[in-house]
Amino acid sequence: MHALSADEIGIVELSLRVALVSVAFSLPVAVGVAYLLARSRFPGKLLIDAVVHLPLVLPPVVVGFALLLLFGRNGPIGRVLDQWFGVVLAFRWTGAALASALMGFPLMVRAIRLSIEAVDRRLEVAARTLGASRAWVFASVTLPLALPGIITGTLLSFARGLGEFGATITFVSNIPGETQTLPLAIYTYTQVPGGDPQALRLSVIAVVLSLVSLAVSEWLTRRTARAQSDDRR
Amino acid sequence: MIDVDIALSRGAFHLVATFAADARVVALFGRSGSGKTTIIDAIAGIAKPSRGSIRVGGDVMFDAAAGIDVPPERRRIGYVFQDALLFPHLDVHANLLYGQRLRSADERFIAEDRVVELLGLGALLHRRVRTLSGGEQQRVAIGRALLAQPRVLLMDEPLASLDVARRVEILDYVERLRDEVRIPIVYVTHSVAEIARLADTVVVVSGGRCVAVGPAHDVIGRLDIVSPVDRHEAGSLVDTRVVSHDAETQVTTLAFDGGVLHVPAIDARVGQSLRARIRSRDVSLALQRPAGISILNMLPARIVAVNAERDPVVEVQLAVGGARFTAAVTRRSLRDLDLHPGLEVLALVKAVSFDPYGVD
Repeated sequence: MHALSADEIGIVELSLRVALVSVAFSLPVAVGVAYLLARSRFPGKLLIDAVVHLPLVLPPVVVGFALLLLFGRNGPIGRVLDQWFGVVLAFRWTGAALASALMGFPLMVRAIRLSIEAVDRRLEVAARTLGASRAWVFASVTLPLALPGIITGTLLSFARGLGEFGATITFVSNIPGETQTLPLAIYTYTQVPGGDPQALRLSVIAVVLSLVSLAVSEWLTRRTARAQSDDRR
Repeated sequence: MIDVDIALSRGAFHLVATFAADARVVALFGRSGSGKTTIIDAIAGIAKPSRGSIRVGGDVMFDAAAGIDVPPERRRIGYVFQDALLFPHLDVHANLLYGQRLRSADERFIAEDRVVELLGLGALLHRRVRTLSGGEQQRVAIGRALLAQPRVLLMDEPLASLDVARRVEILDYVERLRDEVRIPIVYVTHSVAEIARLADTVVVVSGGRCVAVGPAHDVIGRLDIVSPVDRHEAGSLVDTRVVSHDAETQVTTLAFDGGVLHVPAIDARVGQSLRARIRSRDVSLALQRPAGISILNMLPARIVAVNAERDPVVEVQLAVGGARFTAAVTRRSLRDLDLHPGLEVLALVKAVSFDPYGVD
């Protein structure tokens, strides 16, 4: 087991790109939804809560199929995106990113929501009496205090994205160089006679990537937690 | 000038508050659960009354009929919370500047240096808030509220979570705000001693109602009426001036309009004004000057009134020169000594009952 081949590097690069893009786009939405669920009361809140958690309990294949129906070239959303913006998601790596984002979304929202709920609301009230608008209170008090949860949620979702399989293969198929991420490549090798050594190599890479993202998450969370509590000066 | 006339409900609790006060320090006094904090929450804009109006310094902050409800960030009303509520992700310096940054230059009347000096915050500036003691946190909270350039400062029992030594220290700082910064303060407390020390006007809050409003001198004398539980704390306030210290016997002498009071040595310079609180239960009456007695203060007094309408304890109001004292005596003493208005007596005040710090 030595240096990675060009194919392997391509697969890892694609997987990272898919996971990063999915996280980058879902993070602002997740923060918004988490804040809404944590801080406000409105009719239909329970429904939104349930919909957000759906990808966690549905078979991933079902999610992928739903994406295909909605975002496929002839799907209601897919057609609009294609005709108006020239954006095609089906059978593209961007579609894989969308599938990852969706599957990781509940994990992300959950972690962020919990950390927002843990922020003492009276601190937000104090900030308002000091002259801060609601928006500034959110940016200067709520978000920084919820940062550990935001980091955790982001990395959970990132890791989930690296491992996404069912929704991805259903929505964007398994196209080498375009949508064939690590799990899909591993699966492919296991289906080919004599592909096991390759599958094993890729599996080891997957394990290493997961461990690294876990370690980064842990390190970041500790760092912010320490910065926010008593470092002795 | 603060003008409050509101009704507000929180669950089963109903508050109806009406008072107007124009004083350096207005104290909202009452037991916990009486509605004091809800009143200042409404003034700050963080609790919304169902009807009525709130005016501060002539500006309408809230008027239900006119549909006016200025959001808290635009009221410029400082709020010092009971438990400080400093931002844990910022250091002391950043906490202090949080509000100042949000005010425009023409709204600023006090600078950071002045606040740091006034509250003795110099050594704390780069500390994390979780490393601060309770008293330090409270000082930073006061500084943070001041630097948000408020026109009024609301303080919600700022001493409640502190030990006695820290209370004395914070009270000193609050007094400096009152006398040096000259910012109007609304001070919530359940401590008679704190009112005696700080307040000009007292609003007594009980069961969600403002049951008495008036100058501190008057209200403290009537505490038994407005709040029977506080009868033991009822008494009078006497404005005095420090005239001398006797190092050997450790006695400080205070002069007031009606004579002098001897009290255990206090840490104040000669000439300084001091408000002494004398509780009714610490004042005894004698018809002749008793001999061989440990009581240092025997003041010639004339009985002005006898409030005998309730309880076994009778409140006797006295004129001592220009000052007013009250004495609490039993009905039996009232009968045996034949105490009645116009009678000349001696008011006996135990020196050690005097509390120079205004702290329980």
